[in-house]
Amino acid sequence: MQKLLHILALLTLGLSTSSYGCNYPIKEVTSGIYYHQGLHQDASESNIGAIANVGFIVGERCVAVIDTGGSYLEGTYLRQAIKKQTDLPVCYVINTHVHPDHTFGNAAFKDDNPEFIGHEKLPAALAARQSFFAKTFKETLGKSYEGTEFIAPTLTVSTEHPLTVDLGNRPITFTAYKTSHTDHDLTVFDNKTKTLWTGDLLFIERIPVMDGSINGWLTTMEQLQTLDVDYLIPGHGVAGSDKWQQGLANQLRYFNVLRDGIRDIIADLGTIDEASKQVGLKEKQYWKLFEQYHRRNVTASFVQLEWE
Amino acid sequence: MLNRITNIFIMSITLAFMTMPTHAVTPKEPLWPSLKIEYFGDKAIRENASDLLVIEAPKRAEDAAIVPISVKSLVPQTADKYIKNIHIVIDNNPEPYSANFTLSPELGLINISTRMRIDQYTFVRAIAEMNDGSLHMVSRFVKASGGCSAPAGKDAAAALARLGKMQIRMRKPTIGKPVQAQVIVSHPNYNGLQFDQASRRYIQAHYVTNININYNDKSLISVKTGISVSEDPSIRFTFIPTETGVLKAVIKDSKNQEFSYSKEI
Repeated sequence: MQKLLHILALLTLGLSTSSYGCNYPIKEVTSGIYYHQGLHQDASESNIGAIANVGFIVGERCVAVIDTGGSYLEGTYLRQAIKKQTDLPVCYVINTHVHPDHTFGNAAFKDDNPEFIGHEKLPAALAARQSFFAKTFKETLGKSYEGTEFIAPTLTVSTEHPLTVDLGNRPITFTAYKTSHTDHDLTVFDNKTKTLWTGDLLFIERIPVMDGSINGWLTTMEQLQTLDVDYLIPGHGVAGSDKWQQGLANQLRYFNVLRDGIRDIIADLGTIDEASKQVGLKEKQYWKLFEQYHRRNVTASFVQLEWE
Repeated sequence: MLNRITNIFIMSITLAFMTMPTHAVTPKEPLWPSLKIEYFGDKAIRENASDLLVIEAPKRAEDAAIVPISVKSLVPQTADKYIKNIHIVIDNNPEPYSANFTLSPELGLINISTRMRIDQYTFVRAIAEMNDGSLHMVSRFVKASGGCSAPAGKDAAAALARLGKMQIRMRKPTIGKPVQAQVIVSHPNYNGLQFDQASRRYIQAHYVTNININYNDKSLISVKTGISVSEDPSIRFTFIPTETGVLKAVIKDSKNQEFSYSKEI
Protein backbone atom coordinates (compact mmCIF):
# COMPACT_ATOMS: atom_id res chain seq x y z
CA MET A 1 0.00 0.00 0.00
CA GLN A 2 2.83 2.32 0.96
CA LYS A 3 4.40 1.59 -2.41
CA LEU A 4 1.20 2.37 -4.28
CA LEU A 5 0.93 5.68 -2.49
CA HIS A 6 4.48 6.44 -3.40
CA ILE A 7 3.89 5.72 -7.08
CA LEU A 8 0.75 7.85 -7.11
CA ALA A 9 2.57 10.72 -5.44
CA LEU A 10 5.38 10.51 -7.99
CA LEU A 11 2.86 10.38 -10.80
CA THR A 12 1.21 13.52 -9.43
CA LEU A 13 4.53 15.33 -9.16
CA GLY A 14 5.71 14.28 -12.57
CA LEU A 15 2.56 15.50 -14.22
CA SER A 16 2.14 18.73 -12.38
CA THR A 17 5.58 20.31 -12.44
CA SER A 18 7.18 21.67 -15.56
CA SER A 19 10.76 20.82 -16.46
CA TYR A 20 11.81 24.16 -14.93
CA GLY A 21 10.79 25.79 -11.68
CA CYS A 22 13.93 27.11 -9.99
CA ASN A 23 16.19 25.20 -12.31
CA TYR A 24 16.89 27.42 -15.31
CA PRO A 25 20.53 26.73 -16.18
CA ILE A 26 22.69 29.53 -17.57
CA LYS A 27 26.17 28.97 -19.03
CA GLU A 28 28.95 31.50 -19.45
CA VAL A 29 30.14 31.26 -23.08
CA THR A 30 33.04 33.67 -22.56
CA SER A 31 33.75 36.60 -20.26
CA GLY A 32 30.47 38.41 -19.51
CA ILE A 33 28.38 36.46 -22.05
CA TYR A 34 25.73 34.07 -20.77
CA TYR A 35 23.10 31.93 -22.45
CA HIS A 36 20.40 29.40 -21.72
CA GLN A 37 20.27 26.61 -24.29
CA GLY A 38 16.79 25.84 -25.60
CA LEU A 39 15.45 22.29 -25.86
CA HIS A 40 15.16 20.54 -29.22
CA GLN A 41 11.39 20.20 -28.86
CA ASP A 42 8.26 21.93 -30.07
CA ALA A 43 6.85 24.50 -27.65
CA SER A 44 4.47 23.08 -25.06
CA GLU A 45 3.08 23.92 -21.66
CA SER A 46 5.53 21.60 -19.92
CA ASN A 47 8.64 23.09 -21.57
CA ILE A 48 7.23 26.65 -21.15
CA GLY A 49 8.24 27.37 -24.75
CA ALA A 50 11.94 27.40 -23.73
CA ILE A 51 13.14 25.93 -27.03
CA ALA A 52 15.43 28.70 -28.32
CA ASN A 53 18.76 30.03 -27.07
CA VAL A 54 18.39 33.22 -25.07
CA GLY A 55 20.93 35.17 -23.01
CA PHE A 56 22.68 38.38 -22.12
CA ILE A 57 25.87 40.42 -22.30
CA VAL A 58 27.09 42.28 -19.19
CA GLY A 59 28.95 45.58 -19.65
CA GLU A 60 30.31 47.98 -16.99
CA ARG A 61 27.24 50.20 -17.22
CA CYS A 62 24.37 47.88 -18.11
CA VAL A 63 23.13 44.62 -19.61
CA ALA A 64 21.86 43.72 -23.09
CA VAL A 65 19.38 40.83 -23.35
CA ILE A 66 19.36 38.88 -26.60
CA ASP A 67 15.99 37.20 -27.14
CA THR A 68 13.60 36.78 -24.27
CA GLY A 69 12.24 33.24 -24.50
CA GLY A 70 9.13 31.42 -25.61
CA SER A 71 6.74 32.61 -22.90
CA TYR A 72 6.33 35.35 -20.32
CA LEU A 73 7.27 32.70 -17.75
CA GLU A 74 10.58 31.97 -19.46
CA GLY A 75 11.21 35.72 -19.65
CA THR A 76 10.85 35.97 -15.85
CA TYR A 77 13.31 33.07 -15.37
CA LEU A 78 15.80 34.82 -17.63
CA ARG A 79 15.32 38.08 -15.68
CA GLN A 80 16.03 36.21 -12.41
CA ALA A 81 19.13 34.58 -13.93
CA ILE A 82 20.48 38.04 -14.85
CA LYS A 83 19.81 39.26 -11.30
CA LYS A 84 21.97 36.39 -10.00
CA GLN A 85 24.93 37.62 -12.07
CA THR A 86 24.62 41.39 -11.70
CA ASP A 87 22.60 44.23 -10.24
CA LEU A 88 23.30 46.43 -13.27
CA PRO A 89 20.16 47.55 -15.14
CA VAL A 90 18.96 46.00 -18.40
CA CYS A 91 19.28 48.80 -20.95
CA TYR A 92 18.68 46.91 -24.23
CA VAL A 93 16.39 44.02 -25.14
CA ILE A 94 17.12 42.71 -28.62
CA ASN A 95 14.77 40.47 -30.59
CA THR A 96 16.70 38.71 -33.36
CA HIS A 97 13.37 38.08 -35.18
CA VAL A 98 9.62 37.73 -34.57
CA HIS A 99 9.23 34.01 -33.78
CA PRO A 100 7.50 33.24 -30.48
CA ASP A 101 10.44 31.34 -28.94
CA HIS A 102 12.55 34.52 -29.24
CA THR A 103 10.04 37.26 -28.34
CA PHE A 104 7.34 36.01 -25.98
CA GLY A 105 9.37 36.86 -22.85
CA ASN A 106 9.62 40.58 -23.72
CA ALA A 107 7.08 41.66 -21.09
CA ALA A 108 9.30 40.32 -18.29
CA PHE A 109 11.67 43.23 -19.00
CA LYS A 110 9.08 46.03 -19.11
CA ASP A 111 9.96 47.21 -15.58
CA ASP A 112 13.58 47.76 -16.69
CA ASN A 113 12.29 50.28 -19.21
CA PRO A 114 14.88 49.20 -21.80
CA GLU A 115 15.25 50.16 -25.44
CA PHE A 116 13.67 47.27 -27.43
CA ILE A 117 15.72 46.68 -30.57
CA GLY A 118 14.88 44.87 -33.80
CA HIS A 119 15.24 44.85 -37.59
CA GLU A 120 13.41 47.65 -39.43
CA LYS A 121 10.94 45.07 -40.76
CA LEU A 122 10.23 43.53 -37.35
CA PRO A 123 7.24 45.82 -36.60
CA ALA A 124 5.49 44.78 -39.84
CA ALA A 125 6.27 41.10 -39.24
CA LEU A 126 4.82 41.36 -35.75
CA ALA A 127 1.67 43.08 -37.02
CA ALA A 128 1.13 40.38 -39.63
CA ARG A 129 1.51 37.48 -37.19
CA GLN A 130 0.38 38.79 -33.83
CA SER A 131 -3.25 37.68 -33.84
CA PHE A 132 -2.32 34.26 -35.22
CA PHE A 133 0.40 33.75 -32.59
CA ALA A 134 -1.92 34.87 -29.78
CA LYS A 135 -4.67 32.48 -30.81
CA THR A 136 -2.39 29.48 -31.38
CA PHE A 137 0.08 29.83 -28.54
CA LYS A 138 -2.50 30.56 -25.86
CA GLU A 139 -3.49 26.95 -26.34
CA THR A 140 0.00 25.52 -27.00
CA LEU A 141 1.57 27.10 -23.92
CA GLY A 142 -1.39 26.99 -21.53
CA LYS A 143 -0.51 28.54 -18.19
CA SER A 144 3.00 29.61 -19.21
CA TYR A 145 1.42 31.93 -21.82
CA GLU A 146 -0.16 34.08 -19.08
CA GLY A 147 1.36 37.55 -19.04
CA THR A 148 2.79 37.28 -22.58
CA GLU A 149 2.60 40.57 -24.47
CA PHE A 150 3.62 41.58 -27.97
CA ILE A 151 6.14 44.40 -27.60
CA ALA A 152 7.36 46.04 -30.80
CA PRO A 153 10.88 47.50 -31.02
CA THR A 154 11.39 51.10 -29.87
CA LEU A 155 14.55 51.36 -31.99
CA THR A 156 15.03 49.62 -35.34
CA VAL A 157 18.11 48.83 -37.43
CA SER A 158 18.20 49.14 -41.23
CA THR A 159 20.02 46.75 -43.55
CA GLU A 160 22.22 49.64 -44.77
CA HIS A 161 23.42 50.87 -41.40
CA PRO A 162 24.60 48.56 -38.61
CA LEU A 163 24.18 50.16 -35.18
CA THR A 164 26.71 50.10 -32.34
CA VAL A 165 25.79 50.83 -28.71
CA ASP A 166 27.96 50.76 -25.60
CA LEU A 167 27.16 48.73 -22.47
CA GLY A 168 30.04 50.47 -20.64
CA ASN A 169 33.49 49.66 -22.02
CA ARG A 170 31.70 47.05 -24.12
CA PRO A 171 30.53 48.13 -27.60
CA ILE A 172 28.05 45.76 -29.28
CA THR A 173 27.00 45.98 -32.92
CA PHE A 174 23.59 45.12 -34.43
CA THR A 175 23.47 44.08 -38.08
CA ALA A 176 20.21 43.73 -40.03
CA TYR A 177 20.09 41.26 -42.93
CA LYS A 178 18.19 40.96 -46.19
CA THR A 179 15.56 38.18 -46.23
CA SER A 180 17.16 34.96 -44.94
CA HIS A 181 15.63 32.84 -42.13
CA THR A 182 12.92 35.55 -42.03
CA ASP A 183 12.65 38.95 -43.74
CA HIS A 184 13.87 40.64 -40.54
CA ASP A 185 16.92 38.82 -39.07
CA LEU A 186 19.25 40.75 -36.77
CA THR A 187 22.62 39.63 -35.34
CA VAL A 188 24.44 40.96 -32.28
CA PHE A 189 28.25 41.14 -32.17
CA ASP A 190 30.26 41.71 -29.00
CA ASN A 191 33.38 43.49 -30.29
CA LYS A 192 35.43 42.84 -27.14
CA THR A 193 35.29 39.01 -27.26
CA LYS A 194 34.40 38.64 -30.97
CA THR A 195 31.21 36.80 -30.04
CA LEU A 196 28.38 36.63 -32.58
CA TRP A 197 24.73 35.95 -31.65
CA THR A 198 23.18 34.79 -34.90
CA GLY A 199 19.58 34.29 -33.83
CA ASP A 200 18.01 31.71 -36.16
CA LEU A 201 20.43 32.43 -39.00
CA LEU A 202 22.11 29.32 -37.59
CA PHE A 203 20.54 26.13 -36.23
CA ILE A 204 22.87 23.47 -34.80
CA GLU A 205 21.50 19.89 -34.42
CA ARG A 206 17.87 21.02 -34.70
CA ILE A 207 16.58 21.16 -38.29
CA PRO A 208 16.59 24.76 -39.57
CA VAL A 209 13.20 26.23 -40.50
CA MET A 210 12.92 28.47 -43.54
CA ASP A 211 10.43 31.31 -43.00
CA GLY A 212 12.12 33.80 -45.35
CA SER A 213 14.05 33.11 -48.54
CA ILE A 214 16.08 30.00 -49.36
CA ASN A 215 18.33 31.89 -51.79
CA GLY A 216 18.74 34.83 -49.44
CA TRP A 217 19.60 32.60 -46.50
CA LEU A 218 22.22 30.67 -48.50
CA THR A 219 23.88 33.98 -49.43
CA THR A 220 23.82 35.13 -45.80
CA MET A 221 25.33 31.82 -44.61
CA GLU A 222 28.23 32.28 -47.01
CA GLN A 223 28.74 35.80 -45.60
CA LEU A 224 28.73 34.47 -42.03
CA GLN A 225 31.49 32.00 -42.96
CA THR A 226 33.82 34.88 -43.82
CA LEU A 227 33.37 36.79 -40.53
CA ASP A 228 36.16 37.04 -37.95
CA VAL A 229 34.35 35.38 -35.03
CA ASP A 230 35.79 33.58 -31.99
CA TYR A 231 32.59 32.54 -30.20
CA LEU A 232 29.13 32.00 -31.62
CA ILE A 233 25.69 31.57 -30.07
CA PRO A 234 23.26 30.04 -32.59
CA GLY A 235 19.47 30.39 -32.35
CA HIS A 236 19.26 26.70 -31.47
CA GLY A 237 21.96 24.23 -30.39
CA VAL A 238 25.19 24.48 -28.46
CA ALA A 239 27.18 27.75 -28.23
CA GLY A 240 30.96 28.09 -28.03
CA SER A 241 34.11 28.44 -30.09
CA ASP A 242 34.42 25.10 -31.86
CA LYS A 243 31.03 23.69 -32.96
CA TRP A 244 29.61 26.46 -35.10
CA GLN A 245 31.92 26.11 -38.12
CA GLN A 246 30.69 22.55 -38.72
CA GLY A 247 27.14 23.65 -37.86
CA LEU A 248 27.23 26.34 -40.52
CA ALA A 249 28.66 23.88 -43.07
CA ASN A 250 25.85 21.42 -42.24
CA GLN A 251 23.17 24.05 -42.67
CA LEU A 252 24.65 25.18 -46.00
CA ARG A 253 24.72 21.57 -47.19
CA TYR A 254 21.09 21.02 -46.15
CA PHE A 255 19.74 24.00 -48.06
CA ASN A 256 21.92 23.33 -51.09
CA VAL A 257 20.59 19.74 -51.22
CA LEU A 258 17.05 21.13 -50.97
CA ARG A 259 17.58 23.78 -53.63
CA ASP A 260 19.25 21.41 -56.13
CA GLY A 261 16.55 18.74 -55.65
CA ILE A 262 13.66 21.18 -55.92
CA ARG A 263 15.12 22.92 -58.98
CA ASP A 264 15.30 19.53 -60.74
CA ILE A 265 11.66 18.77 -59.93
CA ILE A 266 10.47 22.22 -61.02
CA ALA A 267 12.40 21.86 -64.29
CA ASP A 268 10.58 18.55 -64.79
CA LEU A 269 7.21 20.30 -64.12
CA GLY A 270 6.79 18.35 -60.89
CA THR A 271 4.62 19.33 -57.93
CA ILE A 272 5.17 20.35 -54.30
CA ASP A 273 3.85 16.96 -53.28
CA GLU A 274 6.42 15.13 -55.42
CA ALA A 275 9.23 17.36 -54.11
CA SER A 276 8.30 16.78 -50.48
CA LYS A 277 8.29 13.01 -51.05
CA GLN A 278 11.69 12.94 -52.81
CA VAL A 279 13.99 15.81 -51.92
CA GLY A 280 16.56 15.73 -49.13
CA LEU A 281 15.36 12.56 -47.40
CA LYS A 282 18.96 11.46 -46.68
CA GLU A 283 19.34 14.56 -44.52
CA LYS A 284 17.14 12.92 -41.89
CA GLN A 285 20.12 11.32 -40.14
CA TYR A 286 21.71 14.72 -39.44
CA TRP A 287 18.82 16.65 -37.90
CA LYS A 288 16.55 16.55 -34.85
CA LEU A 289 12.82 17.20 -35.52
CA PHE A 290 13.38 16.40 -39.22
CA GLU A 291 9.92 14.81 -39.60
CA GLN A 292 8.21 17.90 -38.21
CA TYR A 293 9.88 20.53 -40.40
CA HIS A 294 11.56 19.10 -43.48
CA ARG A 295 8.48 18.89 -45.70
CA ARG A 296 7.59 22.40 -44.67
CA ASN A 297 11.01 23.66 -45.80
CA VAL A 298 10.54 21.91 -49.13
CA THR A 299 7.06 23.43 -49.58
CA ALA A 300 8.16 26.95 -48.71
CA SER A 301 11.29 26.73 -50.88
CA PHE A 302 9.40 25.26 -53.84
CA VAL A 303 7.07 28.25 -54.26
CA GLN A 304 10.08 30.60 -54.20
CA LEU A 305 12.21 28.65 -56.66
CA GLU A 306 9.27 28.58 -59.09
CA TRP A 307 10.02 32.25 -59.79
CA GLU A 308 13.69 31.91 -60.70
CA MET B 1 -6.88 4.83 3.73
CA LEU B 2 -8.68 3.89 0.53
CA ASN B 3 -10.25 7.32 0.62
CA ARG B 4 -6.86 8.92 0.72
CA ILE B 5 -5.62 6.89 -2.22
CA THR B 6 -8.73 7.74 -4.17
CA ASN B 7 -8.19 11.41 -3.36
CA ILE B 8 -4.59 11.37 -4.47
CA PHE B 9 -5.56 9.48 -7.57
CA ILE B 10 -8.28 11.96 -8.47
CA MET B 11 -5.86 14.78 -7.77
CA SER B 12 -3.24 13.34 -10.07
CA ILE B 13 -5.76 12.79 -12.84
CA THR B 14 -7.05 16.35 -12.44
CA LEU B 15 -3.53 17.74 -12.50
CA ALA B 16 -2.70 15.63 -15.50
CA PHE B 17 -5.57 17.21 -17.38
CA MET B 18 -4.74 20.69 -16.18
CA THR B 19 -1.18 20.45 -17.39
CA MET B 20 -1.82 18.45 -20.55
CA PRO B 21 -0.38 20.41 -23.44
CA THR B 22 -2.82 20.99 -26.26
CA HIS B 23 -1.15 21.37 -29.61
CA ALA B 24 -3.42 23.44 -31.75
CA VAL B 25 -6.55 25.45 -31.71
CA THR B 26 -9.39 23.01 -32.23
CA PRO B 27 -12.81 24.36 -33.07
CA LYS B 28 -15.44 23.30 -30.56
CA GLU B 29 -18.51 22.99 -32.83
CA PRO B 30 -18.70 21.49 -36.31
CA LEU B 31 -19.39 24.37 -38.65
CA TRP B 32 -20.43 22.42 -41.74
CA PRO B 33 -24.20 22.17 -41.07
CA SER B 34 -24.54 25.96 -40.96
CA LEU B 35 -22.04 26.53 -43.79
CA LYS B 36 -23.98 24.10 -45.99
CA ILE B 37 -27.16 26.14 -45.55
CA GLU B 38 -25.29 29.42 -46.06
CA TYR B 39 -23.70 28.37 -49.36
CA PHE B 40 -26.13 25.81 -50.81
CA GLY B 41 -29.46 26.60 -49.15
CA ASP B 42 -31.73 23.58 -48.73
CA LYS B 43 -30.30 21.64 -51.69
CA ALA B 44 -29.38 18.04 -50.95
CA ILE B 45 -25.67 17.19 -51.08
CA ARG B 46 -24.60 13.58 -51.61
CA GLU B 47 -21.73 12.95 -49.18
CA ASN B 48 -18.71 10.66 -49.67
CA ALA B 49 -19.13 10.84 -53.45
CA SER B 50 -15.89 8.89 -53.92
CA ASP B 51 -17.28 7.21 -57.07
CA LEU B 52 -17.18 10.61 -58.78
CA LEU B 53 -14.41 12.65 -57.14
CA VAL B 54 -11.11 12.33 -55.29
CA ILE B 55 -9.75 15.12 -53.10
CA GLU B 56 -6.09 15.14 -52.10
CA ALA B 57 -4.53 17.23 -49.36
CA PRO B 58 -1.64 16.60 -46.97
CA LYS B 59 -2.64 15.11 -43.59
CA ARG B 60 -0.90 18.02 -41.94
CA ALA B 61 -0.55 21.57 -43.26
CA GLU B 62 3.25 21.59 -43.43
CA ASP B 63 3.37 25.31 -44.11
CA ALA B 64 0.19 27.08 -43.01
CA ALA B 65 0.62 29.56 -45.88
CA ILE B 66 0.88 26.93 -48.66
CA VAL B 67 -1.25 23.78 -48.56
CA PRO B 68 -1.61 22.00 -51.92
CA ILE B 69 -5.18 20.77 -52.62
CA SER B 70 -6.08 18.63 -55.65
CA VAL B 71 -9.43 17.46 -56.99
CA LYS B 72 -9.76 14.77 -59.64
CA SER B 73 -12.86 13.37 -61.30
CA LEU B 74 -13.28 9.66 -61.98
CA VAL B 75 -15.95 10.07 -64.65
CA PRO B 76 -15.09 11.81 -67.95
CA GLN B 77 -16.84 15.06 -68.83
CA THR B 78 -19.32 14.54 -71.68
CA ALA B 79 -21.66 17.02 -73.35
CA ASP B 80 -24.64 15.31 -71.69
CA LYS B 81 -23.23 14.81 -68.23
CA TYR B 82 -20.44 16.88 -66.77
CA ILE B 83 -19.23 18.65 -63.68
CA LYS B 84 -20.18 22.27 -64.16
CA ASN B 85 -18.63 23.63 -60.97
CA ILE B 86 -16.38 22.54 -58.13
CA HIS B 87 -16.78 24.53 -54.93
CA ILE B 88 -13.96 24.42 -52.35
CA VAL B 89 -14.97 24.99 -48.72
CA ILE B 90 -12.44 25.11 -45.85
CA ASP B 91 -14.65 24.97 -42.77
CA ASN B 92 -12.46 26.70 -40.20
CA ASN B 93 -10.81 29.35 -42.34
CA PRO B 94 -11.76 33.01 -41.73
CA GLU B 95 -13.75 32.91 -45.00
CA PRO B 96 -14.64 29.22 -45.53
CA TYR B 97 -15.94 29.53 -49.11
CA SER B 98 -12.54 29.49 -50.81
CA ALA B 99 -12.95 28.92 -54.55
CA ASN B 100 -15.51 28.16 -57.25
CA PHE B 101 -14.16 26.47 -60.39
CA THR B 102 -16.42 26.66 -63.48
CA LEU B 103 -15.35 23.82 -65.79
CA SER B 104 -15.80 23.23 -69.49
CA PRO B 105 -17.42 19.96 -70.62
CA GLU B 106 -14.49 19.67 -73.03
CA LEU B 107 -11.86 19.22 -70.33
CA GLY B 108 -12.02 15.42 -70.38
CA LEU B 109 -11.20 14.16 -66.89
CA ILE B 110 -10.99 16.90 -64.27
CA ASN B 111 -7.61 17.20 -62.60
CA ILE B 112 -7.14 20.54 -60.88
CA SER B 113 -4.99 21.69 -58.01
CA THR B 114 -4.33 24.89 -56.15
CA ARG B 115 -2.69 26.09 -52.91
CA MET B 116 -4.55 27.35 -49.85
CA ARG B 117 -3.83 28.91 -46.46
CA ILE B 118 -4.84 26.66 -43.58
CA ASP B 119 -3.92 27.72 -40.06
CA GLN B 120 -6.02 25.39 -37.90
CA TYR B 121 -7.50 21.88 -37.87
CA THR B 122 -10.20 21.78 -40.51
CA PHE B 123 -12.20 19.83 -43.02
CA VAL B 124 -11.46 20.74 -46.63
CA ARG B 125 -14.42 19.98 -48.93
CA ALA B 126 -14.86 19.75 -52.68
CA ILE B 127 -18.48 19.91 -53.80
CA ALA B 128 -19.13 19.03 -57.44
CA GLU B 129 -22.17 20.63 -59.06
CA MET B 130 -23.29 18.63 -62.11
CA ASN B 131 -24.92 20.15 -65.19
CA ASP B 132 -28.25 18.78 -63.87
CA GLY B 133 -27.75 20.81 -60.68
CA SER B 134 -27.11 17.86 -58.35
CA LEU B 135 -24.40 18.24 -55.68
CA HIS B 136 -21.77 15.63 -54.70
CA MET B 137 -19.15 16.08 -51.99
CA VAL B 138 -15.81 14.60 -50.90
CA SER B 139 -13.77 15.90 -47.99
CA ARG B 140 -10.42 15.56 -46.23
CA PHE B 141 -9.36 16.48 -42.73
CA VAL B 142 -6.18 18.56 -42.50
CA LYS B 143 -4.28 19.04 -39.25
CA ALA B 144 -2.72 22.38 -38.42
CA SER B 145 0.98 22.92 -38.87
CA GLY B 146 3.23 22.90 -35.83
CA GLY B 147 5.54 25.58 -34.51
CA CYS B 148 5.52 29.12 -35.73
CA SER B 149 4.17 28.59 -39.24
CA ALA B 150 1.88 31.58 -39.74
CA PRO B 151 -0.43 32.07 -42.73
CA ALA B 152 1.27 35.45 -43.31
CA GLY B 153 3.61 35.80 -46.27
CA LYS B 154 7.34 35.34 -45.81
CA ASP B 155 8.63 38.29 -47.78
CA ALA B 156 5.93 40.87 -48.49
CA ALA B 157 8.38 43.21 -50.25
CA ALA B 158 9.46 40.51 -52.72
CA ALA B 159 5.85 39.51 -53.45
CA LEU B 160 4.82 43.10 -54.09
CA ALA B 161 7.88 43.79 -56.23
CA ARG B 162 6.87 41.14 -58.73
CA LEU B 163 3.09 41.77 -58.51
CA GLY B 164 1.34 40.68 -61.68
CA LYS B 165 4.22 38.67 -63.11
CA MET B 166 2.76 35.47 -64.63
CA GLN B 167 3.87 32.09 -65.89
CA ILE B 168 2.23 29.29 -67.86
CA ARG B 169 4.29 26.18 -67.34
CA MET B 170 3.75 23.03 -69.44
CA ARG B 171 5.46 20.48 -71.66
CA LYS B 172 5.08 20.62 -75.42
CA PRO B 173 1.68 18.99 -75.95
CA THR B 174 0.54 16.46 -78.51
CA ILE B 175 -2.71 17.45 -80.25
CA GLY B 176 -5.56 15.31 -78.98
CA LYS B 177 -3.68 14.06 -75.88
CA PRO B 178 -4.23 15.33 -72.32
CA VAL B 179 -1.52 17.71 -71.11
CA GLN B 180 -0.89 19.23 -67.72
CA ALA B 181 -0.43 22.99 -67.42
CA GLN B 182 0.11 25.41 -64.56
CA VAL B 183 -0.88 29.06 -64.35
CA ILE B 184 0.84 31.10 -61.62
CA VAL B 185 0.56 34.80 -60.88
CA SER B 186 2.74 36.66 -58.44
CA HIS B 187 0.45 38.45 -56.01
CA PRO B 188 0.70 39.09 -52.23
CA ASN B 189 -2.99 38.11 -51.80
CA TYR B 190 -3.43 40.18 -48.63
CA ASN B 191 -6.47 38.78 -46.85
CA GLY B 192 -7.40 41.96 -44.96
CA LEU B 193 -7.00 40.24 -41.59
CA GLN B 194 -3.57 41.60 -40.78
CA PHE B 195 -3.56 44.37 -38.22
CA ASP B 196 -1.04 47.19 -38.51
CA GLN B 197 -0.01 48.26 -35.00
CA ALA B 198 1.45 51.55 -36.19
CA SER B 199 -1.70 52.87 -37.92
CA ARG B 200 -4.09 50.90 -35.64
CA ARG B 201 -5.85 49.75 -38.81
CA TYR B 202 -6.25 46.54 -40.76
CA ILE B 203 -4.07 46.29 -43.86
CA GLN B 204 -6.49 46.58 -46.76
CA ALA B 205 -7.40 43.31 -48.45
CA HIS B 206 -5.82 42.97 -51.88
CA TYR B 207 -6.25 39.59 -53.47
CA VAL B 208 -6.91 37.78 -56.73
CA THR B 209 -10.67 37.40 -57.36
CA ASN B 210 -10.81 35.75 -60.81
CA ILE B 211 -8.60 33.45 -62.82
CA ASN B 212 -9.87 32.73 -66.34
CA ILE B 213 -8.11 30.21 -68.53
CA ASN B 214 -9.08 30.05 -72.22
CA TYR B 215 -7.95 28.03 -75.21
CA ASN B 216 -8.50 29.75 -78.55
CA ASP B 217 -10.92 32.12 -76.78
CA LYS B 218 -13.07 29.29 -75.42
CA SER B 219 -13.18 29.08 -71.62
CA LEU B 220 -11.59 25.95 -70.14
CA ILE B 221 -11.66 26.91 -66.47
CA SER B 222 -12.74 30.05 -64.72
CA VAL B 223 -12.15 30.34 -60.99
CA LYS B 224 -13.61 32.77 -58.49
CA THR B 225 -11.08 32.91 -55.69
CA GLY B 226 -11.34 34.12 -52.09
CA ILE B 227 -8.89 35.10 -49.37
CA SER B 228 -7.99 31.48 -48.49
CA VAL B 229 -5.88 31.21 -51.64
CA SER B 230 -2.11 31.38 -50.99
CA GLU B 231 0.20 34.19 -51.98
CA ASP B 232 1.20 33.82 -55.66
CA PRO B 233 -1.98 31.92 -56.67
CA SER B 234 -1.39 28.77 -58.71
CA ILE B 235 -3.85 26.67 -60.73
CA ARG B 236 -2.66 23.39 -62.17
CA PHE B 237 -5.01 21.58 -64.57
CA THR B 238 -5.20 19.03 -67.35
CA PHE B 239 -6.78 19.72 -70.75
CA ILE B 240 -6.83 18.25 -74.26
CA PRO B 241 -5.73 20.64 -77.04
CA THR B 242 -7.77 19.59 -80.10
CA GLU B 243 -5.87 21.90 -82.46
CA THR B 244 -2.92 24.27 -82.28
CA GLY B 245 -3.74 27.58 -80.69
CA VAL B 246 -3.26 29.97 -77.81
CA LEU B 247 -3.64 29.19 -74.12
CA LYS B 248 -4.43 32.41 -72.29
CA ALA B 249 -4.83 33.23 -68.60
CA VAL B 250 -6.48 36.44 -67.40
CA ILE B 251 -6.28 37.43 -63.74
CA LYS B 252 -8.35 40.07 -61.94
CA ASP B 253 -7.84 41.27 -58.39
CA SER B 254 -9.89 43.07 -55.74
CA LYS B 255 -8.46 46.45 -56.80
CA ASN B 256 -9.71 45.80 -60.35
CA GLN B 257 -6.21 45.30 -61.68
CA GLU B 258 -5.99 42.89 -64.61
CA PHE B 259 -3.03 40.79 -65.72
CA SER B 260 -2.82 38.36 -68.62
CA TYR B 261 -0.39 35.95 -70.19
CA SER B 262 -0.56 33.77 -73.31
CA LYS B 263 1.30 30.78 -74.62
CA GLU B 264 1.13 29.46 -78.18
CA ILE B 265 0.97 25.70 -78.51
